[in-house]
Amino acid sequence: MSRPAPAARKRTRKDTAGRPRRARRTEARNARAAAAFVLPFLALFGLCFLAPLGYALHQSLQKTERTGPLGLGREHEAFAGFAHYAQALSDDRFLTGFGRVLLFGAVQIPLMIVLATALALLLESASARGIAFFRTAFFLPYGVPGVIASILWGFLYVPGISPLVKIAESVGWHVDFLSRGTVLWSLANIVTWQFTGYNMLVLIAQLKAVPGELYEAARIDGANAWQVARHVKLPLIRPALVLTGVFSIIGTLQLFAEPMVLRPLASSIDSGFTPNLHAYSEAFVGNNPHVAAAEAVLLALVACVLSFGFLRLAGGRAEGRG
Amino acid sequence: MTRPPARYRIITASLLTVAALYFLVPVYWLVVSATKNSADLFGTFGFWFSDPHPVDYLTAVLAYDHGIYARWFANSLCYAGIGAVCATLLSAAAGYALAKFPFRGREAVFNMVLAGVLIPGTALALPLYFLFSSMGLSNTYWAVLIPSMVSPFGVYLCRIYAAAAVPDSLLEAARIDGAGEARIFGGIGLRLMTPALVTVFLFQFVHIWNNYFLPLVMLSDSDLYPIQLGLTSWTGYADRQPVLYQYTVGGAFLSVVPLMVLMTVLQRYWRTGLTEGSVKA
Repeated sequence: MSRPAPAARKRTRKDTAGRPRRARRTEARNARAAAAFVLPFLALFGLCFLAPLGYALHQSLQKTERTGPLGLGREHEAFAGFAHYAQALSDDRFLTGFGRVLLFGAVQIPLMIVLATALALLLESASARGIAFFRTAFFLPYGVPGVIASILWGFLYVPGISPLVKIAESVGWHVDFLSRGTVLWSLANIVTWQFTGYNMLVLIAQLKAVPGELYEAARIDGANAWQVARHVKLPLIRPALVLTGVFSIIGTLQLFAEPMVLRPLASSIDSGFTPNLHAYSEAFVGNNPHVAAAEAVLLALVACVLSFGFLRLAGGRAEGRG
Repeated sequence: MTRPPARYRIITASLLTVAALYFLVPVYWLVVSATKNSADLFGTFGFWFSDPHPVDYLTAVLAYDHGIYARWFANSLCYAGIGAVCATLLSAAAGYALAKFPFRGREAVFNMVLAGVLIPGTALALPLYFLFSSMGLSNTYWAVLIPSMVSPFGVYLCRIYAAAAVPDSLLEAARIDGAGEARIFGGIGLRLMTPALVTVFLFQFVHIWNNYFLPLVMLSDSDLYPIQLGLTSWTGYADRQPVLYQYTVGGAFLSVVPLMVLMTVLQRYWRTGLTEGSVKA
């Protein structure tokens, strides 16, 4: 942010050098043109990002009161302070849901990224045959929406219909994908299935951007395939790893469609299974929009803190600037 | 380059094959199951065919409830198509301006957009519903379309790409030739930014097509549903009407096939455009 100062000084020097009008005219023209290009986006950004956040903040601090005898009179809004936040934060189910999603992310995200990295490196190693086929096969699930993926895997989890359960039972292994202890990891499997190939493609693209001489040089120095991967490729794809990490964190906190679709099949998934599910049922089942708004604000806050924190931790802060 | 030893090649090939099985088996199950009726869906082994009548069963999916499935499909296409085109154009204009016009507050605007990338969409969907319903917009096409037109990630990507791919000297030359800013953007900027625009469009199209939470929250009229929402409404009734299990599977198959073809064909663009955001840092 320290850039504008020298620029401004330069401009004043130019001004005294006899071209003030032209410089000022350029600036004004710049501002007009920029406004025309940026404003349509900013207007919709304001409507769909800033306004809802502001509205949620406002709503989370309000409460509905009724006046008159027995509280049957007219409704009106009153300031509630942080009561709804306190209510959300003292709700065991909401907190458990948050904990569950954090645990989910702590296990699923590293697993998925390690798997994606391994597949990317394998595909990029010279010895892989049928690369195009494998790449397409791994990427295909990304084209399956979360809801459809969940319906699909739901059928593969339910005992009466799943061929997987049948095969497991024929070798004497009794699995229950939907029990209280396993259902979270059955959901993790759906998410991993969907997004590993996408992350793999991001990593492959970054690997392709690495100049080939670098690998050659390492090989000439006597490094084997594993050493090249570990000491040359991995450090170079770090920015892409950070990017996939941040998107995975944001995605995990939004976890909703998968548990929502599996709910009718698994009694172990309740209406507070994830923070999002909890906010949704507060709003539409519990008819409690103020608490739902507070929970949405908390969710956005935690997502921002976690992804910013991760960016800092990964040293990727500089990556965001063009 | 020296060929790696045979042992290494065999290990690589087997690892890739195991992974391919993991990713393809559910798709294979879907293909097999789309050829079955309700009874066979539950009664026969899921990984093998039994008396396949795919055309009859898929026609039944399309005919059910006066062809509501086709309507959902058209809705999805409309939300994703129009939404992604508008999002791409708006992002292109904003990203271009942020890259090419130094103006006061530029970094502030860009940082705000970056923060927008980090806010989870579903955290916004509920407040957005409350806001839209107070404006009388909920349960309309607009309720899903308008939010679909905003892509902070698209702006971010377009800015980085325009900064690298659109030379200032070219813009200056066009200005000296007397071209207006709008014409320069349309004739030069958009053309040079095409790879980034394809990426933004694909991203946004898939994002809108896959989005479930926003339409679920916004829409109550099933005529406005996109396909995902429609299919889950079928599974909701399937307990009472078991044939809907079969229709859900058939409907899932029908909706997934075109997307998979698209994915396969467009994979190339994903690979080239996808990482602009992280590579061109």
